[in-house]
Amino acid sequence: MMIELNGVSVTQPNAPELSILDIENWSVDYRQTVFVHGPSGSGKSTLLNLVSGLLECREGSISVLGERLDQMSRRRRDRFRANHIGYVFQRFNLVSYLNAIENIELARSFSERGDRKTSADTIRPLLESLNVASREWLKPISQLSMGQQQRVAIARALVNRPELLVADEPTSSLDQDNRDTFLSVLMSIIEEHKMTLLFVSHDMGLAGHFTQVQALNDINRVV
Amino acid sequence: MFLRIAIKSLLNRKGSVIMSLLAISVAIFVLLGIEHIRQQARDSFASTVSGVDLVVGAKTGSLNLLLYSVFRVGAPTDNISWEAYKEIAEGKDVAWAIPLSLGDSHNGYRVLGTTPDYFQHFSFGNKRILEFVEGEAFEGVFDVVLGAEVARTLGYSLGDEITLAHGTVSTSFSLHENSPFTVVGILSPTGTPVDQTVHVQLQGIEAMHAGSESGFGGPAMYNQGQLEVDEIEPKSITAFMLGLKSRMVTFRLQREINGYSAEPLMAILPGVALSELWQMVGVFESVLRLISMLVLVAAVLGLGAVLLASVRERSHEIHLLRVLGAPSYYLFLLMELEALLICLAGMILGTACLYLCIVALGDALFSNFGLHLDAGVLTQDGVVILLFVLAAALTAAAVPSIRVYSQAKAYNSQ
Repeated sequence: MMIELNGVSVTQPNAPELSILDIENWSVDYRQTVFVHGPSGSGKSTLLNLVSGLLECREGSISVLGERLDQMSRRRRDRFRANHIGYVFQRFNLVSYLNAIENIELARSFSERGDRKTSADTIRPLLESLNVASREWLKPISQLSMGQQQRVAIARALVNRPELLVADEPTSSLDQDNRDTFLSVLMSIIEEHKMTLLFVSHDMGLAGHFTQVQALNDINRVV
Repeated sequence: MFLRIAIKSLLNRKGSVIMSLLAISVAIFVLLGIEHIRQQARDSFASTVSGVDLVVGAKTGSLNLLLYSVFRVGAPTDNISWEAYKEIAEGKDVAWAIPLSLGDSHNGYRVLGTTPDYFQHFSFGNKRILEFVEGEAFEGVFDVVLGAEVARTLGYSLGDEITLAHGTVSTSFSLHENSPFTVVGILSPTGTPVDQTVHVQLQGIEAMHAGSESGFGGPAMYNQGQLEVDEIEPKSITAFMLGLKSRMVTFRLQREINGYSAEPLMAILPGVALSELWQMVGVFESVLRLISMLVLVAAVLGLGAVLLASVRERSHEIHLLRVLGAPSYYLFLLMELEALLICLAGMILGTACLYLCIVALGDALFSNFGLHLDAGVLTQDGVVILLFVLAAALTAAAVPSIRVYSQAKAYNSQ
């Protein structure tokens, strides 16, 4: 299994009696594209933070790529995330004062894996395959459009060749046209790199693009 | 990559970064400048006189005697008689004696009456003897030897005739018009008050005063050219310096002179008097140091404030770096690195400004205060100060750095 959660329970940090997430059993197989939906505040981001190892799992077990995140030290989880998981958010995916190439290099610098090819060899084909024109590569991120920024964000998330891509409402800040372009580019890249996608959104209209659709309320026992 | 992020992040916040950078460089400028001037002033004072065992003058404070006889600062209280000088100078323990007669000026520069022995025995710095750029020591009554700065500023060269005035003000009315002197020698620069002194024979001073004391101001008693040094006996001098055959007798001789019965005399050891001076100046120095420390503290706190203010606007960036796999301490170090870069840039700017200022103002300082400043700002003490500033900046930056660190760690539990 790509992702496996057993008896995972997360409470609010300052109110331990209030549960946010309580999942008995949930798993995602390799090479699935999973669409998790639910209203805002239902714990979607918490789920993603758990899976990416950003949030410490204090109760239950969680494994990604067969490795137990709940048994790792914080430092090892950071490294694991840099090596195996790509992450795209709704906004603020990039460091605003760096350009596209630098942002991607930054992501690369935290990973220990991947080809030791020069950045030009890895990054340029990636940006080209995501339809980011080369004249945009050296511009500060703040000068790029939202659609361009999200595509650079995918390139950044993919540069370390992660097995799992985690996306947290990445289309919410895009208009209809950009959203469709974004999704089709994303899906073809996932297909090409044989990755697993965990995609969270409240927009049910996107569900048709995915192989597995999961309502968070069906697995989360917190009412 | 780490360094590049820090630099780009700073460039992204140019305004506040430049402000705190300037504050740091001002602090460095003040701190290094004060330390440098303090050090140089001490060196320059200490190097003004060397090899002189005792300075003798009329009874006064030992500091006062040192200041007027060696540094040409302040006014002598009283003269001492030629007879007393003769008696002491011819004592069996005395190797050499240099009489000093002060009280006249030329265009604002002090005139010193002395003997040719001055050029043989007086030394400065590390026992360096006075050297001539041009000409030689005086022989005749109306011969003049100029200090390096006097010659340069007033544009005199060998053979020029100059007039000396009574009193020490350049606009003095009682010009000794009748006694023109001839420049026979120009000394090489020493970085001491010697450079600002006009040297003449003791007899030369007597000669010009004799002319005016006659009351007529008319044809001088003495006419230039007709006069031999031997013909005039000086009546009194201001002070004299002694070199002794053996250091062992210094204190005994000092006691003897202090107890001299014919007139009230006083002998001092230049080194002892100098250390008295440092004790007095020491308080002042401490205050200056304290002030420059406070300037530094203000600048460093400003740096901390600028970084702290940036933490809030960078929360997205902090989150992003965490997601990319940056450990929490990475963010701590990033913040500290930014502080380090601002501080280093401020140091370079401040030190460079100080250097340029000293180079630019060096001449003015020297001619107005007789203070010779070496432009080598980065002495060992200077480097220690810079390291201290660096440590202070990193400490101040620890507050925002810890803030960032705990913010980065908080993502683990929310």
